[in-house]
Amino acid sequence: MGSITLQQVRKAFGDVEVIPGVDLEIHDGEFVVFVGPSGCGKSTLLRLIAGLEDVTSGQILIDGQDVTQAAPAKRKLAMVFQSYALYPHMSVRKNIAFPLKMAGMAADEQERRVQHAAGILNLTDYLDRRPGQLSGGQRQRVAIGRAIVREPSAFLFDEPLSNLDAALRVNMRVEISELHKKLATTMIYVTHDQVEAMTMADKIVVLRAGLVEQVGSPLELYRTPRNRFVAGFIGSPNMNFIEGEAAARLGAHAIGVRPEHFAMSTSEGQFAGTVGVAEHLGSDTFLHVDLDGGTHIVARAAGEFPVHHGDRIYLTPQDGRVYRFDQQGLAL
Amino acid sequence: MATRHQKTLARLMVAPSVLLLLGWMIVPLAMTLWFSFQSYNLLSPGMEQFIGWTNYKYFLSDPAFWTAMQNTLLLVGGVLVITVGGGILLALLLDQPMFGQGIVRILVIAPFFIMPTVSALVWKNMFMNPVNGLFAWLAKAVGAQPIDFLAQYPLMSIILIVAWQWLPFATLILLTALQSLDSEQMEAAEMDGASALSKFIHLILPHLSRAITVVILIETIFLLSVFAEILVTTNGGPGYQSTNLTYLVFSQALLQFDVGGASAGGIIAVILANIVAIFLMRMIGKTLE
Repeated sequence: MGSITLQQVRKAFGDVEVIPGVDLEIHDGEFVVFVGPSGCGKSTLLRLIAGLEDVTSGQILIDGQDVTQAAPAKRKLAMVFQSYALYPHMSVRKNIAFPLKMAGMAADEQERRVQHAAGILNLTDYLDRRPGQLSGGQRQRVAIGRAIVREPSAFLFDEPLSNLDAALRVNMRVEISELHKKLATTMIYVTHDQVEAMTMADKIVVLRAGLVEQVGSPLELYRTPRNRFVAGFIGSPNMNFIEGEAAARLGAHAIGVRPEHFAMSTSEGQFAGTVGVAEHLGSDTFLHVDLDGGTHIVARAAGEFPVHHGDRIYLTPQDGRVYRFDQQGLAL
Repeated sequence: MATRHQKTLARLMVAPSVLLLLGWMIVPLAMTLWFSFQSYNLLSPGMEQFIGWTNYKYFLSDPAFWTAMQNTLLLVGGVLVITVGGGILLALLLDQPMFGQGIVRILVIAPFFIMPTVSALVWKNMFMNPVNGLFAWLAKAVGAQPIDFLAQYPLMSIILIVAWQWLPFATLILLTALQSLDSEQMEAAEMDGASALSKFIHLILPHLSRAITVVILIETIFLLSVFAEILVTTNGGPGYQSTNLTYLVFSQALLQFDVGGASAGGIIAVILANIVAIFLMRMIGKTLE
């Protein structure tokens, strides 16, 4: 079991309020991703749940029990750190067995669990190596192994993939998702990368300046962002915002259109502009367009689209895919 | 990439300093070797002659030699135990956030800057003196008999004085090593349910092992040749109770004026130091992998 509830959790470092008050409900078995720009308090929130930071006020409940004052080890959570935090002088086997040894578990039970975890993570051949002799992805798996053996009620991941190169990151992303399906344990995952959030999460929590901006499934956030910040943060490339006359015509302060929701034409359309950089990827074409009003826009065409730098282009937003925002940035 | 031409040039350029350093080392060593095979006593000038291994035989069969060997090892070992043990404890304490951290750290390092003779005299006259010393005053304050440290426990007293001088060095090295410990590792251990003691045993101590080896190596080199502290406090006495190898060589040369015998003792000390150095290098090699 691993349901986690935050009730008005507040954290301040001296006079600086990092988290002004968060309410959050995480159900058993969910994969929840905290996402937001750097410095938004997502790591702090994770560390509050882990017990590595003290809560200034508010309550944290795990499976209905108040653990606000409990020591980290008593919360039955396991954490995977950004730097992996492996113990460099211990072999992989000893690293993974360390929490079991600390719990005073019998040696043969320790060995059985280590073998089991190593089997899941393809680490069986590396058990006698030191962390220094492993690649980044393998170290990552050892860190996950150390978390798995404890059979925690929830896993906490603190930007675990940010030290890996792009190709490995995609692999590990899939592996972690598969692990979640296999173990069906609650996972909380912190990242600043919205692609990771979109691909892995059951539920995304978008944070800004310590405040929860919106909570929902990836597609909910994609389809119905509550405000301009969430709209701009979710989706890649970012949503385009157009202010001024075009927005006023729709009765809004600003309108937002995702790059993939433009129909492009070289002859006619709602917005006219000049192509700046054109990125031809084969599967997609990304066009950086300077509209005649001065707004810069990125548009995506599926497949090939033969325009080049300096060409005239006309863009028309698809029906029902235009988001309207008021003066405060709230969605209308 | 250096070409062969550049390499030759580089060798040519460093040659003068290499030769100078080599000469600097070889000349005194050769002279000591030469004297060690001579009958050479300052009290009978003009009587120098080659006498083979006699100086070595006399030095090694001198009962004072084995006492001095034992004292040297006790001195080095005792100081190492105190400074490494105390250094770890002090480093752990100083690593905690506290008020006035900068000043406290400077205070801790201060003893290292005091000359050995001065600190030994301060200890001898102001702390260990059986009449006026602080320890005597403390003993009298609780109605106990003051201890005459330098007469009753001469070697222990010298170990104490030398350890006091070297504790800051060990603390400093270990503190810097401690500060390089990854805080996420400590947090991971905390999540893993490790107590403070098991964090110390499983994380901090292995992390410090390299720094501890460095402390042991450097201190051993200097502690094998402790001299000033003995000269100004006990003069090696009572009897030979606080004479180490260095002091024995000194007394052979400048108290008994036997340059030949002292040179033989010096060569023996060099050989012993090298044996110790080989062991230490092996030990370091193992820790550094």
